[in-house]
Amino acid sequence: MPSAPAGTLYRGREGMWSWVAHRVTGVLIFFFLLVHVLDTALVRVSPEAYNAVIGTYQTPIMGLGEIGLVAAIVFHAFNGVRIILVDFWAKGPKYQRTMLWVVVGLFVVTMAGFLPRQLMHVFGGN
Amino acid sequence: MAATVPDLAAPRDPYARRKTTRSNYELYGWIFMRASGALLIVLIFAHLWVNLVSGEGVNAIDFGFVGGKWANPVWQVWDLVMLWLAMIHGTNGVRTIINDYAERDRTRLVLKLFLYLAFTVVVVLGTLVIFTFDPCPTDAAADLLPSFCSSLPG
Repeated sequence: MPSAPAGTLYRGREGMWSWVAHRVTGVLIFFFLLVHVLDTALVRVSPEAYNAVIGTYQTPIMGLGEIGLVAAIVFHAFNGVRIILVDFWAKGPKYQRTMLWVVVGLFVVTMAGFLPRQLMHVFGGN
Repeated sequence: MAATVPDLAAPRDPYARRKTTRSNYELYGWIFMRASGALLIVLIFAHLWVNLVSGEGVNAIDFGFVGGKWANPVWQVWDLVMLWLAMIHGTNGVRTIINDYAERDRTRLVLKLFLYLAFTVVVVLGTLVIFTFDPCPTDAAADLLPSFCSSLPG
């Protein structure tokens, strides 16, 4: 049996790329979650150990990383709602493309709210 | 004439599927992804709001912040449910991805064993931390602890 399939099932456009983005963001969030439970577990070691590690989350580089994390979560959440609607709403499949652009719009609005707030926290010195 | 009519199945007889040994495991997984996903949106958006957006955001997080949150049983249950749902949701998602892209049986097996090991360690550790957490360890400096520790007797 050949290991590489002839031709491709991938159809491109909004449907495929939203599916790709959902997978990529999902994996990123999952690996962060593993690390995040481990760093939080340091509260059982000592206040100093926890504060030292959480202090690294408050540096500018990690502050930018948190923007990426929130962006991944927000896309995954909104596109997840779109997937639920495609599966359970009778007209979902018909409007799946439109719904992706709604997801993108809501993503932009949400990030436009979060971005200045986070930049203020990380770079604003307060 | 009537006596020669062959014994035919009724036209709309339901198609009798051969009995299968497979369970509905994947169906329940599919439903779980949607149900837990909907709940996780609420759980995680509130978590992000409280920890990253409100007040001083990420700068406010330290041992005292965590101690103050977990002094409230609502946040303990919140974080516990979030931990379990997110870990099952994420593990099932990564399991699907491994099944899709790892073509060799042995590769799939090894990757999934690592995945389930990580799941077990993180869920058990996280659950223990939430329930065995001591916000006021006696050997720690008071300025690192939540403010309510100083009002405790002894």
